[in-house]
Order: sequence, then C-alpha cells, then structure tokens
Amino acid sequence: MSYTSFADLLAAARRHGSLSRAAIDLECEETGADAAGVLARLSEALSVMEEAVERGLREELRSRSGLVGGFGRALAGARPRLTDDAFVGALARALAGAEVNACMGRVVAAPTGGASGVLPAVLITAAERLGAPRESVVAALATAGAVGGVIAARATLSGAAGGCQAETGAAAAMAAAAAVELAGGTPEQSGHAAAFALQGLLGLACDPVGGLVEVPCVARNATAVAVSLAAVEMALGGLEFPIPLDEVIDAMGQVGRSLPPSLRETALGGLAATPTARSLASRLESGYRPERDEGE
Amino acid sequence: MPRQRSLFDIIGPVMIGPSSSHTAGAARLGALARAIVGGTPTRARVTLHGSFASTGKGHGTDRAIAAGLLGLRPDDERLPEAITLAEAAGVDIAFVSGDLGDAHPNTARFELTDAQGRVHVVQGSSLGGGDVAVTLIDDFPVEVTGELPLLVVVHHDQPGVVAAVTARLAADVINIASMQVSRERRGARALMLIETDERVPDEIIAGISAIDGVAEVRSVPAV
Repeated sequence: MSYTSFADLLAAARRHGSLSRAAIDLECEETGADAAGVLARLSEALSVMEEAVERGLREELRSRSGLVGGFGRALAGARPRLTDDAFVGALARALAGAEVNACMGRVVAAPTGGASGVLPAVLITAAERLGAPRESVVAALATAGAVGGVIAARATLSGAAGGCQAETGAAAAMAAAAAVELAGGTPEQSGHAAAFALQGLLGLACDPVGGLVEVPCVARNATAVAVSLAAVEMALGGLEFPIPLDEVIDAMGQVGRSLPPSLRETALGGLAATPTARSLASRLESGYRPERDEGE
Repeated sequence: MPRQRSLFDIIGPVMIGPSSSHTAGAARLGALARAIVGGTPTRARVTLHGSFASTGKGHGTDRAIAAGLLGLRPDDERLPEAITLAEAAGVDIAFVSGDLGDAHPNTARFELTDAQGRVHVVQGSSLGGGDVAVTLIDDFPVEVTGELPLLVVVHHDQPGVVAAVTARLAADVINIASMQVSRERRGARALMLIETDERVPDEIIAGISAIDGVAEVRSVPAV
C-alpha cells in the first residue's frame, strides 16, 4: 500500500534516513523493482526534464494557437531587478518547460503535463545553486514523487477535479519538499516546505483560455515556482507551518470539491471568461493565429 | 480494479504535451484499440465525446489518437505529425464529435477496419494522468487498462473452453493477474480477456488458438 499520509512517510523517513530512501524502498517493495532500477528510471525522467527546459530556453517556440512561446527564453536574457539570477533563472526554466509542453514537445508529467515546468525548474536551479551531485537530484525526485503520491491519495492531482491548486499547487509542494532535502534540510522541514507551498496556492482556479494548456498555465508554472522557492526558504529558515501537511492536503481536496465546475478546467470561468479571453477563443475557433512579434 | 500506485505515476509519464489526459491518455487509448483489433487498422472512424470533443483539438487529441493507432508511443516526437504520417501510411482516419451518453467526459469510440476488412468497435476513456480504461470491445462491456499484457480470446460459448485456456497458461507457469469472461448469449460468441504478469510467448498463443471452440486469439502488449 502506498503512503496515504505524510505522517507515515515521515515515520518511514526516520527509519530509512531520508524521505527519498523511504520512497524508493516502498517503490521496490510494491513493484518488485530493485533500487538501482528505480534510480535509473528517475534518472531518465530527470534527463527528459533537463532536455525540455534546455529546449525551451534555446528554441524559438510558438504553440499552434500562437498564444504562448518565447517567455522562458526572453526572461532568461533579462537582468534581475529586485531578486537574483538564481530566482529569475528558475522562473525562466519554469516558463521554458511549460512552453515545451504547450508546444507538443516531450516532457515528464510531474504531476501533470500542465504543471510540468515547476519541478524541473526548482530542482535544476537548486542543484546548480547548491552544487549538488546528479545522484542527489535523482533521489530528490523520489521525494517529490512520494509527496505527490500522498496528495493523489488524499486529494487529487487533476485540474478538472480540484482546480489549478491540484496541479501547480501540488507541483510546488512536491518541488519544495525535494529542494529542502537537496539543501540538507530534515524530512520534517520538507513537510513544512510542502505545506507552505500548498497553502500559498490554495483555492487556485483552473481557468484555461480557450480550453488550451497555454494561458494562464505557462505563466502559472513560473508563479508556482516563486511560491515553491519562498516555501523552501521559510522552511530552511526554521519556520514551521502550524497545520500539518496531511491536513493542508485534505483542505486542498475539500477546497477543490467546493470549486464550481466553471473553475475546474471547463474554460467557463475565471480568466477564461474575461472579454479578452472570449474574444481570443472565438477567433482561435475560426482559425485565427496571432502574428509573431516583429521586434523579436 | 484499483491499480497499484507507483512513483512513476506521479513523476511520469514521459509524454508529448500538452495534456496527460487529452494527449498522452488519448495516444494510449489509440494504441490499445490498435492492439485489440490485431494491428494498425486500414480505416478508423473515431467519435470524440465530451471534453475530448470540445477541447480535444487544442490538446492534439486527434493527433495523439492517430499516433496510437499507428503504434507510436505517447512520448514519440512524431506524435504531432501523426495525421500526416497516417495519410502517408494509407490509413484512413476521420474524427467526428458525438454524444456517447453518460460516458466519462474524455471518451473515444473507435470503429476500426482490420486488414481482413472486418469492422471492430472499441470504446475507452482517458481517466487522468495518462491512465485509460477500454470499456467496450464489440458488444462486450469490459475493463482494460493497458497496464499489463492482455490476451483477447474470441471463442464459442461451450463448456470447457475457459478451463482449457487457463490450463494451457498454467502449464507454462504464466500467472493470470485478472480475467473477464462474457458472452453474447448462451451458446453464442463469447469473449475472454486475460491479463497476465508477463507477455505470453507466441507458441502458447498458437496452442490456445488450437483449442476446440477458440475462434481467435490476439495478444495486446501493455501500452
């Protein structure tokens, strides 16, 4: 049986020494795979994530609708004004990964395609900043997966069921827990980081313009990364979120069920229902494709 | 049937974007339908229902389904070009929007013509995160997830066929993970679906095909 509570995962982490080892051990137990095989698959996933981010930063991408593409590349070339290169670099990576997804490129759904920019951006940036070896980053993916597994078991990872909080919110929580482990934080601190991240995105609607995984999804991958990094810093700074992660996840599930269907991926509410979004959607339906910016 | 949760359900699947349900799941449904009818069809009429119909185009659902019907995996970078690839391969694929009643919002119904000219119906849904379930094969309600290798055994409803098939598998130490048996009516055409832990070797499939009452056996790999 998978971990259905972070409390159980934490208890296992105390026995195994870390959340990632607890997660890998459980995976072996449940699927009959050996640890080397699990790590090899996680390493492949990390490679796909790295390739997606690099592609998004390198190539001039445009989605078929023409609504997204080029944000990641543009931000990577911009000078940070209030924060630093690591932070802006993480935002650029999130945009790049999400744009590759929107443009029908190859990504790892983590936990979903729409939120696939968050985890790579946080982990690649953290690894670079910390000088972490690749095997630690691979192991941290297991921690992210285990936290995502608890969210899937207690709430949902589907925007259609629980809104964007269930996709980018979950991704931000998974990434925060993994980054804390990578930075040498305790399993308890990983839990607080995940709780800080998820509470910060609680209630977030899923309101895709024209029903496409483009606007606001791409930008939301970046803002979710900002929340995730904020959560990491707060947890590593010794702050403790007073509500346990399991209860924060339960609250997310409950909020998701309370969201009206118009805010759960149906493109009937939120940003999707704005006059501009409606006009874009109807023009897209009739085959209109926005022109590329001549200045690029 | 609840399936085991793995880390790779969360960190995965590796897929062509943008949507695990509308793109990756759609590709897996196409691949399952293809394997269930025994290979790439010559002609496909695909009815898209619910959210597949309303937002499928923007998610590449049509291209993903075409990719699956051609046998491409959900992470194959040729997926966005699958419609063109199908045309080049001489596979006639057309999509229509339709109401399939109270089916899951992400449902597709396939009418597939096989190499022998026979028309098969397969219906299935994309459940989220790339998980799928085929719920109908011809007139038989089924539940197939594509997580495990599957044997599709079309047979005549007569005593002893099920026992003979399972005995043949047991003789070669092939473990059955799940089994579904249904029939049109007593003494008529029947369908046996057997999910196994490992792929069933060709010689055993040949052995099962030779069992009295068995009309046809198709081996469907995990997708």
